[in-house]
Formats: sequence, C-alpha cells, structure tokens
Amino acid sequence: MNNPLPQDTYGYVDAQGLLVAARVRADFPILAREVHGRPLTYLDSGASSQQPRAVLDAVERYATTMHANVHRGVHALSQEATTAFEAARETVRRFINARSSREIIFTRGTTEAINLVAQSWGGSQLRSGEEVLITHLEHHANIVPWQMACAAHGARLVAAPLTPEGEVDEAAFAALLGPRTRMVAIAHVSNALGTVLPVARLIALAHERGVPVLLDGAQGIAHGPVDVQQLDCDFYAFSGHKIYAPTGIGVLYGRERLLAAMPPWMGGGDMILTVAIDGSTYNELPWKFEAGTPNIGGAIGLAAALDYVSALGRERVAAHEQRLLAQATARLREIPGLRLIGTARDKAAVISFTLAGIHPHDIGTILDREGVAIRTGHHCAMPVMTFYGLSATARASFGCYNTDADIDRLVAGLGRVVEVFA
Amino acid sequence: MEIRDLYRDVILDHNKRPRNFGRLEPADAAAVGHNPLCGDSLSVTLRLEGDRLKEMRFNGQGCAISVASASLMSEAVTGRTLAEVDALYREVHALLTEPAHVPALQLGKLMALGGVREFPARVKCASLCWHTLHAALERHAADGQAPTVSTE
Repeated sequence: MNNPLPQDTYGYVDAQGLLVAARVRADFPILAREVHGRPLTYLDSGASSQQPRAVLDAVERYATTMHANVHRGVHALSQEATTAFEAARETVRRFINARSSREIIFTRGTTEAINLVAQSWGGSQLRSGEEVLITHLEHHANIVPWQMACAAHGARLVAAPLTPEGEVDEAAFAALLGPRTRMVAIAHVSNALGTVLPVARLIALAHERGVPVLLDGAQGIAHGPVDVQQLDCDFYAFSGHKIYAPTGIGVLYGRERLLAAMPPWMGGGDMILTVAIDGSTYNELPWKFEAGTPNIGGAIGLAAALDYVSALGRERVAAHEQRLLAQATARLREIPGLRLIGTARDKAAVISFTLAGIHPHDIGTILDREGVAIRTGHHCAMPVMTFYGLSATARASFGCYNTDADIDRLVAGLGRVVEVFA
Repeated sequence: MEIRDLYRDVILDHNKRPRNFGRLEPADAAAVGHNPLCGDSLSVTLRLEGDRLKEMRFNGQGCAISVASASLMSEAVTGRTLAEVDALYREVHALLTEPAHVPALQLGKLMALGGVREFPARVKCASLCWHTLHAALERHAADGQAPTVSTE
C-alpha cells in the first residue's frame, strides 16, 4: 500500500522548503465542505484529524480488491490481505523506528493500548504497596487504566505536579520516583495544554532506577518525528485517527523483552497456537496480543497515512505547525480578556484558552456558526482543569492542512463571540 | 438559524445578571446536577410550604444557556404548586426537544429558550437545571436524601 508522493513534484514544498498548506489541504476532501454556509475551518485535529484521499483510496482499494480474513485462508484474497496487513505493520515499525515488527501490536487505539499494558503488564508485575507514577496533565486514558490496575493489585497511583505554565515539575517528578515506583506512564504531548514533555530526561531518570516508561503518544505521534529507540521508551501508544488515518486502529509499541514476558490479555482466535479443552498454547509476538479478527482495513489505512506524512516530511509538517502556533498565539494574545491556558516553552500546535465572562461552550457554538470547529470542555483531562480552577477551556488544535486563513477565521470568529456577549 | 436565535436578549440578560443565584440554608429540598459534556455542575436548593415551592436558589458554574435557563426557571417556579412545577417541567422539556411544539401552557419568558432545540449539542445545557429541580422534588416526595443527577 505504498503511496507514491514525490516530494517536490506536486507543489507540496515551496522554494524555501516550507510546506504549502493550501496544496496539502486540497488532498483532504472533507475540507472542501461548508458548515452553516461558511467554509470549514477545522481546528480540532487534536480530537480527531481528517483523512487525505490517499488514505481513503487505500482503504477502498483493500475493500474492493482483496478483503478476506488474515492469517487463516489458503486462498488468494486471504493471502493478499495478510500480506497487506503485515506490510502495514512493517510501515508502522519503520515510522517509529522499532527494532522489530514483533514489537508492533495493532489495537483499537491509544486507550486500548494503554489498557493492554495496565492489565497484562500490571497483572503480572504490580504488587501491593508499589506505585505507578503519572503526571497531573494526563488524559483520562492514561489515568483510569492505571487506577484500575492499582486497585486490583493494592498498588498506588502517584501524579507529578505541574508548574503554572503547564509543564511537569521535573524536580518533583524526580522526588516521586522512589523505590516503590514500578512503572512511569506519561504523555508525550499534553492534549489539553499542548505541552511537549521532556520525555528524554524523564525516561533517563526512570531508567536510572530500572523503572520502565510508557509514553501516551496520542498527541505526540502527529506533531514531530518519533523514534522509539532514540527515545528509549519501553512502550509507546498511539491512535491512527490523530495522524490522518481512520478511527478504530491504533498501535502499541513495546520493547520485545517486556512484551515476551507479559501474559496474553484478551483470549480468542489468532492469539493461540493450539487449543484443547484442558489448555492452550499461545502464539508468538505480536499476534499473542491480537485476539480476534483485527481491523485490517484500518491498519492498511494507517500505513497509507504514515506514508503520506512521511512524504510531506515530518520535520516539514512540524515546522509548519510551529509557525501556525506562533502566529495564532500572537494573534490570540491581542484579544482583550483572552487567557492562554498552558504556556510551556516547548508546545505542540494546541492552544487552550478562556475568554473572560464567556463560557467555552458558548465560544464553541458561536464559532461553529462561523464555520470554525474547535473543541470545548475538559478535554478528558479533568485533573488539568482542576489544577487551573476551571471546568472547561476552548481549544484550537492544528494539523498539516491548516493555513493562515484558518487563523484569520478563528480570530474573526472570536470577534463575533465577543460582540454577541458585549 | 442565526446565532442570536439562541442568544436572545433575555438569555444574555439572565446570564449576565442571574436571578435567585446562591444557596438556601437550611433548605427543604436540594439536588446537584452534572453535565459530563462540559464538567459543569449546578445545585438547586428549595424552600417548600405545603405543596407550594416558596423559594428557589441555584448555584454553580455554567455556560450562558445553562445559567440563563436556571435563572429563568427560578423566576417561573417560585410561588407555584408542585403540580404546576411538574407541568412546567414537562412543557419546557417539550419546548427544548420537540420540533414545532405548541405550548399548552403560558410559558412567558421561558419561551426565550425556544431557539435551543436548533442547537442539539446545547439542549442538555438548558435542561440540566430542570432535571436537577425535578430530582430534588422527587427525592423530597420520597423523603430521602438529596440526590445527584446527570444529564447523561
């Protein structure tokens, strides 16, 4: 499912080597639609990104030419589907630079990937009195699975505090990392604040004490190069739909040594070698953790999305998003009464904010009528909201297809919000 | 549907200057309602005399729609019999959710909420206070503890 997209041929890159976002935007059919009679300005990629034609085509090509179950049939379709599915695994491996495709497990998404580790690793490793260390800025998907695992095994969940800027307090993190810590599970990038965590330093601290580290990469995967060997993380979880692929497909990367020692999580077909009524033997990695028929089309769509991003150039996309972030931040700061929530030095293209006296839901509804889609609410990160004494924020998040015009429409829309509530 | 059909002057006014905001202590009945969509919560405290709702206060954080709805509700229910309050509860629910609903009661200023049903994501914001009031009265009738309700 290669997606040939020679970089300089189609006008994706300008003379300065910058991404031409208007050209990228044209690859995403949904962005051509109108909302309430206005052009769509989609600033909610942090919740779910849109899919380019290359992804939609790959999924359709699979469904129309080769769909069958994988790892089962001797017939042509099943073999082609299996080849495409396993090729998608190899594309994922290459994209995050894992050592082996045995370390790439397909899941429904980040949430399932973290639950897999919390339950399988937690079930076999967590003991009473031990601790799992997270941070105060985690998404609920990197809190609740650990609460459940801790409750099941008498362990304790500990959270490193934040600075007022929304950065992890590294000294406090180091102090909480103690002899009882058995696992560190932290976000790569905060979905609610945009903070990029200093994961290299935090991983080094944990490894000094022999503690494995899981990175929640739901936001991190799309906003810069991810190299799991360079990061030296032990687990990395991400979702396809945050990186221009369909929903319902995600990945757990795990260090092979750890995965091999973990018991299967869900039981069923494909994860076994033999089954008898009095016992079964389990399949090898990665299939040991893939019970049941997987989301084959989703995996193929994910591979097409990763190929697409690779063709655009991950550094180039990151640089484009950083430019949008800087520009949008400067423009929003000029709006009276607007408060930025999360002002870390190192941020991804996510801007959380509030407007004095106007609830985020009202901001969201009025912007929607202007064709501008943003997220409002607690962003599934209620402890972050509690930390800032808020119940909700408005959040604009950017992707490879956002342009300067999107920022103009956001700013104009916020002007309309202020006008309605004047 | 224009945005000002949702944010009518009455709504904006009650959002800016909410009536009956606060808490009655002691209260004859109380309940807390949560809107899991936005994390907002709202409390309702009541003073009752026989079968009449004499006084109501509400408290909490919320969007303009939820604050205005609670404020308008507090004016509409004060002094009413519990049967009248129940009828209003049903009528407002219909106003918020049923297209082209013809009110069977005089709703007065509550009609300002008529634009909400065109914004389905916001119906829960407007109905939270009514569900919370309803829960407080039901629990009072059952003579139990003040409950917590959710719009989910």
